[in-house]
Amino acid sequence: MSKQTLDARKMLCPLPVIKAQNQIKQMSHGDELDVICTDPGALHDIPAWARINGHEVIATQQNNDELIITVRVGA
Amino acid sequence: MMEKKHKAVALISGGLDSMLAVRVMQEQGIEVEGINFYTGFCVEGHTHAIRNQDKDKQKRNNALWVAEQLGIKLHIVDVIEEYKDVLLNPKHGYGANMNPCLDCKIFMVSKAVEWIKENHHNGFDFIITGEVIGQRPMSQRKSTMPIISEESGADDLLLRPLCAKNLPETLPEREGWVDRSKLYGFHGRNRKPQIALAKEFGLTDFASPAGGCCFLTDKSYSDKLVDLWKARNSREYEMDDIMLLKVGRHIRPSAEFKLIIARDAGESKFLEGYRKEFISIHALSHSGPMALVDGKLDEEQYELAAGIVARFGQGRMADEVELDIALPKQGNLQIKTPPLSAEQVLQEWYV
Repeated sequence: MSKQTLDARKMLCPLPVIKAQNQIKQMSHGDELDVICTDPGALHDIPAWARINGHEVIATQQNNDELIITVRVGA
Repeated sequence: MMEKKHKAVALISGGLDSMLAVRVMQEQGIEVEGINFYTGFCVEGHTHAIRNQDKDKQKRNNALWVAEQLGIKLHIVDVIEEYKDVLLNPKHGYGANMNPCLDCKIFMVSKAVEWIKENHHNGFDFIITGEVIGQRPMSQRKSTMPIISEESGADDLLLRPLCAKNLPETLPEREGWVDRSKLYGFHGRNRKPQIALAKEFGLTDFASPAGGCCFLTDKSYSDKLVDLWKARNSREYEMDDIMLLKVGRHIRPSAEFKLIIARDAGESKFLEGYRKEFISIHALSHSGPMALVDGKLDEEQYELAAGIVARFGQGRMADEVELDIALPKQGNLQIKTPPLSAEQVLQEWYV
């Protein structure tokens, strides 16, 4: 299992979703991706994208204006 | 032996028509996945994320939401760079504003053709869209349907389930993957047949954007874009440019510069993110909006620019407002100036 990070700060949705999608395409089942972003829209869009594409959001943290959304890559 | 299940990729905008087109295919046992293109001009998300007044509204991405309702996968494709050529050189011209709708549709279908080829291991057989003849004045007309099929390279792999009965048979129909008799013959701007079909499918919640889902169909946005091109004497644009056209009041008191003045705290915060790249102005003695200067601001125009920004803050009735002018890499300077009156901010300055 590998853990990667994606810096999507300052990007507005759907760009954080697109960047996460493209990075996850290169990852394997069980890997985890931390998406760091600042657009609160990502709190809704990344989990929605993960649900429909068979991935899972396993954690969401908020530090001041920064959000870290952790996605576990599905099969 | 089980018959092969046929697969289609659907262009998903987040609106009702593409949603219905997918449902019609699913009714016929076709497996569908969605594809959604992000041009940078999509209304989706952005303005909701920026403006305060929209914060209570659900910040959902309609394309993702539609895909979830339909139980299909959705692939979002970033076409920002490639889209520049569509916007700048549309073979079929513009609509009422800066919207190159027909070229845009051809481009998106051609990207879907490309995507099918790249993902051939997933076995997609054809493409569907939610197009309806006569629905949109520029791109969805009887005469444009074959142009889109042909110029996109999709040819008869492009099926429009909602108006297929008004169009020649496509490959999926001829091959019997899809039963033509169960497709629809919708036409015109009347939305009643779609609403009725949605009801039949039990779909009650759907987005129905008045001007589509693209900023280029919006007059005020198009005016700002044309003004930007004119002021720079070039039609080049970057992602930041097209984002900033969505935010704030745009006031151009001179050919050399314009001010982008936040309309609320959400926009002020958003504009603050650009202070490293743009000259910014905000009031110190009173509360007020963040403003960016796009273009060249000479020293003799500091007072004019500051006076305009002061006009939009709490100090608008004060004799004098102190403002900070931040020059990237050069430092800050403070200026005291009377705010301009409402009449002094000329109507023709508003972009």
